[in-house]
Amino acid sequence: MNEKAKNFKAGEFFQKYTMIIALVVVTAVFALWPGKRGQILQPSMITSLIAENAYVFVLATGMLMCILTGGNIDLSVGSVVCFTAAIGCVMMASGINMWLAVLAMLAIGLAIGAFQGFWIAKVRVPAFIATLAGMYAFRGFSNVVLNGYRVDIANERFLQMFGNGKSSYVPDVIRQNMPSLDSVFTKDNAGLAKLIGENFITKFNVTCMCIGLVATIVFIILKVHKILSQKKLGIAQSIPGQVISTVVISVLVLWVSFKLACYRGFPMVLIWIALILGIYAYITTKTAIGRHLYAVGGNEKATALSGVKTRNVFWFAYANIGLLAGLAGILTAGRAKGIDPVYGEGYEMDAIASCFIGGASAYGGTGKVSGMIIGAILMGVINKGMIIVGVDANYQKVVKGIVLLIAVMFDVLSKRQKR
Amino acid sequence: MAKILLEMKNITKTFPGVKALDNVNLQVEEGEIHALVGENGAGKSTLMNVLSGIYPYGTYEGDIIYNGQVCKFNNIKDSERLGIVIIHQELALVPEMTIGENMYLGNECGHKFAINWNKTYSEADKYLKMVGLEESSKIQVKTIGTGKQQLVEIAKALAKKAKLLILDEPTSSLNEEDSRALLDLMLSFKKQGMTMIIITHKLNEVSYVADKITVIRDGTTIETIDNHGKEPVSEERIIKGMVGREITNRFPKRENVKIGPIRMEVDHWTVHHPLYPERKVVDDVSLNVRQGEVVGIYGLMGAGRTELAMSIFGQSYGVNFSGELKIDGKPIKLRKSESDAIRHKIAYVTEDRKGNGLVLSQSIKVNTSLANLDAISKNTVIDGDKEYAVAEEYRDKLKIKTPSVEQLVGNLSGGNQQKVLLAKWMFAEPDILLLDEPTRGIDVGAKYEIYCIINDLAAAGKCVVLISSELPEVLGMSDRIYIMNEAKIIGEMKAEDATQENIMAAILRSGRGA
Repeated sequence: MNEKAKNFKAGEFFQKYTMIIALVVVTAVFALWPGKRGQILQPSMITSLIAENAYVFVLATGMLMCILTGGNIDLSVGSVVCFTAAIGCVMMASGINMWLAVLAMLAIGLAIGAFQGFWIAKVRVPAFIATLAGMYAFRGFSNVVLNGYRVDIANERFLQMFGNGKSSYVPDVIRQNMPSLDSVFTKDNAGLAKLIGENFITKFNVTCMCIGLVATIVFIILKVHKILSQKKLGIAQSIPGQVISTVVISVLVLWVSFKLACYRGFPMVLIWIALILGIYAYITTKTAIGRHLYAVGGNEKATALSGVKTRNVFWFAYANIGLLAGLAGILTAGRAKGIDPVYGEGYEMDAIASCFIGGASAYGGTGKVSGMIIGAILMGVINKGMIIVGVDANYQKVVKGIVLLIAVMFDVLSKRQKR
Repeated sequence: MAKILLEMKNITKTFPGVKALDNVNLQVEEGEIHALVGENGAGKSTLMNVLSGIYPYGTYEGDIIYNGQVCKFNNIKDSERLGIVIIHQELALVPEMTIGENMYLGNECGHKFAINWNKTYSEADKYLKMVGLEESSKIQVKTIGTGKQQLVEIAKALAKKAKLLILDEPTSSLNEEDSRALLDLMLSFKKQGMTMIIITHKLNEVSYVADKITVIRDGTTIETIDNHGKEPVSEERIIKGMVGREITNRFPKRENVKIGPIRMEVDHWTVHHPLYPERKVVDDVSLNVRQGEVVGIYGLMGAGRTELAMSIFGQSYGVNFSGELKIDGKPIKLRKSESDAIRHKIAYVTEDRKGNGLVLSQSIKVNTSLANLDAISKNTVIDGDKEYAVAEEYRDKLKIKTPSVEQLVGNLSGGNQQKVLLAKWMFAEPDILLLDEPTRGIDVGAKYEIYCIINDLAAAGKCVVLISSELPEVLGMSDRIYIMNEAKIIGEMKAEDATQENIMAAILRSGRGA
């Protein structure tokens, strides 16, 4: 019996952390690939992994809210990204203030989301169809706005805030203000040079490292607070498990900020990503509207009978993903330094895949922001890794498809066991 | 004595936590109509699901002997091959498809990859004639009424070459005229040698049509009554079998009974069916509930009890409402809104806890707070500690058996789920609780605990409306009883005047009148 209980716990552990384990294994495989050893862990690789997947994180966050309401998806986000970016770029090209353009892009995204949400929530058009219509229509509008041609962004400030060129990093204010540090970070300082690496030491970004350090400390304080309050309430949750996960995440954050510091420092886009992920992790776990999203997806009738206006919950989810598509439009335009009428194609699928790989249920009601993050990173690592080891571009999509299928299969099978 | 066509021997079927059938025995002779009667949840449908292979061989104990052979059915197809066909209570027809397509669905004429439509429709027409339908089999099912749809179901069964036909509440959605026609059809089939089992709540139908009546109560067979005597078996005789247990100690004693003024009043309340707006599901109902009172509403299934309760609760069921709802003497502006109802301190505890009540994929804590999130949050931000404390409080109060309030509700037993559902609505702090079948499908111990909770609520000055199709429960718990039948309130009795016999008699009287 005892043996059985132990086995069950191991199974539960595996089920809970499947995707993290998968992420570690996949990363390790690429890192140990003969001839390409360690390449995927290079600072420049990690920086570009973040920059290239910024839109995935943002869109997948919005997509998760939709999926929570009952497995509903939004197919239009790719087109909306392109459309909002097109409007913003055209505005900036005609000399309108950059912040005004940013505001317009967000507002238009929100308006489109609310418009589609209206059909879905109030008229009860199936989400799949309403957003498929949006996918066609806004792709068409993008072409109209752009006249079929690419529009470039000349606004340096915009590119600095939202792009990922050389200037789009948080400047190393600490070293700028403390020139004395330059003498610390030299190759002559043998111990430190060995720790950081001879190639990186002279331009090591202290500010970036400090941001990572502060984030880690804040994270640990919050976690300790949570564990203590749980202990006070006597909730039976495994404290060792929580300590381990806290330590792992802290080390990971420190490691990533170290890698970033070795390259160009803390990318501006990471600020936006972190902000969005933080806000939505909070919304889903701590607020009434977050609770309603889960409840509607878990049992819509019961939720309606509990006095929740379920239609407004659907509306919120779709208006919200419109807003985030606007933000993704900003980031996409910033990274590409302009917009092409074909940008954003297939973005919706990346977002959807990240959510499902990250453990969101295809039937709604379950799924976490943290899981979605893992899903998005896993997809990013697989993409990057396949490029590094030289997988034929045609096969890369095959691999992505297989990963998605396996991930959802896990979800379905683990649900079936419970019954 | 005629040949025994079917014998079910010592059938025992357990679901997690509940013994649904316990050593049930059933013998059906060839060419007879055998009625299966019992209260809701007695196990009739479960028994028929065992017989038809919905619960495959191996998931139950005991033997099914059909035509002298022990049968081991793995699915419905296996039993249908031998001519055992079940017609379920809910119609299983696809409205958009034609009658012919429906009749041969899964049983297509000709080759699987080359359906012979001419044969399908000519055969279908032949069977439709047999059940007395003049319609062509080429019209869509949605264009004919429910009565005729039920006949299509029977024709479909005949098309499967049924030898033993099982009808589960075939008349529950039919009016008097259609019901009588269906019963007469059954009698004519009997003359042609067909064997039938009918499950029904309508006892007048039983004595009209059945040769033998087997009574099931709490998952065991009580008796089999022969209906061949000179006089048909009286309904009272059947009722005695159905509910004939002693009522002692099954219900906790009410203490501190202090019945105050009228809190809620419903006047001339009429509600129509959402899909068939011409049908009244609640017809001119008037009732009232006093402070600290437990008011029972008794009625058979389909009497309109749930529809009444849900329509009072923010018009969450039905269309074309008329009538008045008053709380503390003041009329309430009627609007389709559950949150309005909650604001007026009304709570509706559903009979269908899994379908309409709980979010099974979420924890006890989340379910407890769902109907009153405002109470534990500030500016829509949820105070996690407070929520936890609330969930713990109700877990203690209602004795919910669980290691933690973080446990998923889907993992709990039926009785504990029911308590979570009650906790959710008690936390919403209502004055008026509409409890719809609060003890359905849970074991006797948990039932007792729920009864205690109901008494506590009444003692605390709440108004409790207890809707139930279990007569002893209504009698044991209520201060006052309304009797509902066919969408109407047909009687009101004080608890001390009410007996099983006079309630059943009232229902039968109204049924005959209609």
